[in-house]
Amino acid sequence: MTAPARTPGSLPLRPAAPRRRRAGSAPADLVLLLIGACFLLPLLWLILASLDAEAGHELRLPDRAGLDNFAAVLTPELLLRPLWNSVLLSGGTATVTVVAAVLAAYPLSRYRSRFNRPFMYTVLFGTCLPITAIMVPVYGLFVQLELLDSMTATIFFMATTTLPMAIWMTRNFMEGVPVSLEEAAWVDGASRMTALRTIVLPLMKQGLGVVFIFVFIQAWGNFFVPFVLLLSEARQPAAVSIFSFFGQHGAVAYGQLAAFSILYSLPVLVLYVIVARGGSGSFALSGAVRG
Amino acid sequence: MRFPATARQLLRYLPVLPAVLLLLVFLAGPVLWAFHASLTDAGLTGRSARNPSWVGLENYQRLLTDPVFPLSVLLTVVFVAGSAVLGQNLLGLALAVLMRRARPLVSAVVGTTVVAAWVLPEIVAAFAAYAYFSGDGTLNQLLGGLGLGRQDWLYAFPMVAVMLANVWRGTAFSMLVYRAALNEVPAEVTEAAQMDGAHGWQRFAFITLPMIRWSITTNLMLITLQTLAVFTLVWVMTAGGPANASTTLPVLAYQEAFKFGDIGYGTAVASVLILIGAAFGLAYVRLLREPRP
Repeated sequence: MTAPARTPGSLPLRPAAPRRRRAGSAPADLVLLLIGACFLLPLLWLILASLDAEAGHELRLPDRAGLDNFAAVLTPELLLRPLWNSVLLSGGTATVTVVAAVLAAYPLSRYRSRFNRPFMYTVLFGTCLPITAIMVPVYGLFVQLELLDSMTATIFFMATTTLPMAIWMTRNFMEGVPVSLEEAAWVDGASRMTALRTIVLPLMKQGLGVVFIFVFIQAWGNFFVPFVLLLSEARQPAAVSIFSFFGQHGAVAYGQLAAFSILYSLPVLVLYVIVARGGSGSFALSGAVRG
Repeated sequence: MRFPATARQLLRYLPVLPAVLLLLVFLAGPVLWAFHASLTDAGLTGRSARNPSWVGLENYQRLLTDPVFPLSVLLTVVFVAGSAVLGQNLLGLALAVLMRRARPLVSAVVGTTVVAAWVLPEIVAAFAAYAYFSGDGTLNQLLGGLGLGRQDWLYAFPMVAVMLANVWRGTAFSMLVYRAALNEVPAEVTEAAQMDGAHGWQRFAFITLPMIRWSITTNLMLITLQTLAVFTLVWVMTAGGPANASTTLPVLAYQEAFKFGDIGYGTAVASVLILIGAAFGLAYVRLLREPRP
């Protein structure tokens, strides 16, 4: 979604720094656990309902726990095709974003020019525009250009919405690669683009991975953009198909809805853990929030 | 030889072109198109879809007389102030402070739970929140268990429900920002204050808060912008209802354009939202340009 800095980063799995204080006070533990329980309850419903063939809205232990719901939604047209569409949409968006961001970040990080600062601040301003607000005009634009229901056009639009943040993050990661390494290659007669490809990019692989995953997670979870721009069922990603299947068909099989939700959420949870475990989490957050 | 130097300079910046083109076509384009379309009677279908005619400021005049628009602005302000500026911000700060005092295992488990609500795809979070607040949902089960009255939250108090849901969904961001900020406060400073006899609350209010004020401002800006644009959560939980009681500006723009087929009027609402976002965006950019304390 618009979320300028909804960076998947810095999951506090481990305490950040060694502390001198004695570990843990009981009142703090208690308050924290209470707040944590409030955050857990809505998620708990999701898990319990997915195992309960007769699930409703209420939170309850299933009479007969089983994987029936998962079996019921694991059909090509209900789950697999929408998930595949999500993969295409998010993978395409992340690829376009990373390529455009790397190309843009290279001159911005390597050459000193009056042009850099105003450009970067304009881009930063772009991260602030509420994307939900431009969906109505984007729909109008897509109608005029006859791009409605086109996967490619939707990918390019979604890539553009994440591009400003991606340019900032990529440039910050690129600043971490010393120019002196490239200079040797220039002396050997390598062009700038060759130096970028063979020297800079391999050194910032981890950073590129963070940007890719960050964009992928955003695109995967995006509901509103494909909801407005992709009309035919055959092209809709899981975010939209789950809504049109369960949201509009009145009598709802809540257990199946929960099972679908869990299967659809798993990939981003896994990707998030990869970023957070890799230790580049807070790194990503600082890459995104700081100038 | 001035020209070749300029030409070389331009050539060097050639790789920026794809990004610039994308931003112009898909971001600047729609924004400009929005201001243009909001001055026409463009429709979703029919004659006005193909050949919209110029109506000047008519759509904006309609905004001023339409009773739903001021209500929608008010609801958006309440939504942002209640769920972001107060809810997410204060709860995020409280969590970050508590996590430094609690046992590492407790803070890791609670931190993961809070972050999970934030990492989930928004449509899934919205369904989970819908089930939680619905008539026979978890919240009413809890209230019933405590002997308190059950409520049909989504009908009787739709704004309370969507605001609480947004706090649940978005607090993780503030928590992460404040955890990072608190980690950067040097222990020596607070320890020195402790030696001087400052109590916990005094240390927090007069030492810690001023030291992380830059993070507080940045966080407030970002969560305001994020919350301003929330659509899916409201749309799934209440669809703006009942009777427009939770129609925030993004929902109103969507409804006018796609439910009532009035693209012109819908883009007028969207334009107002874009302008509000742009104002916050400019303030944010100015803030970041100033040297950090």
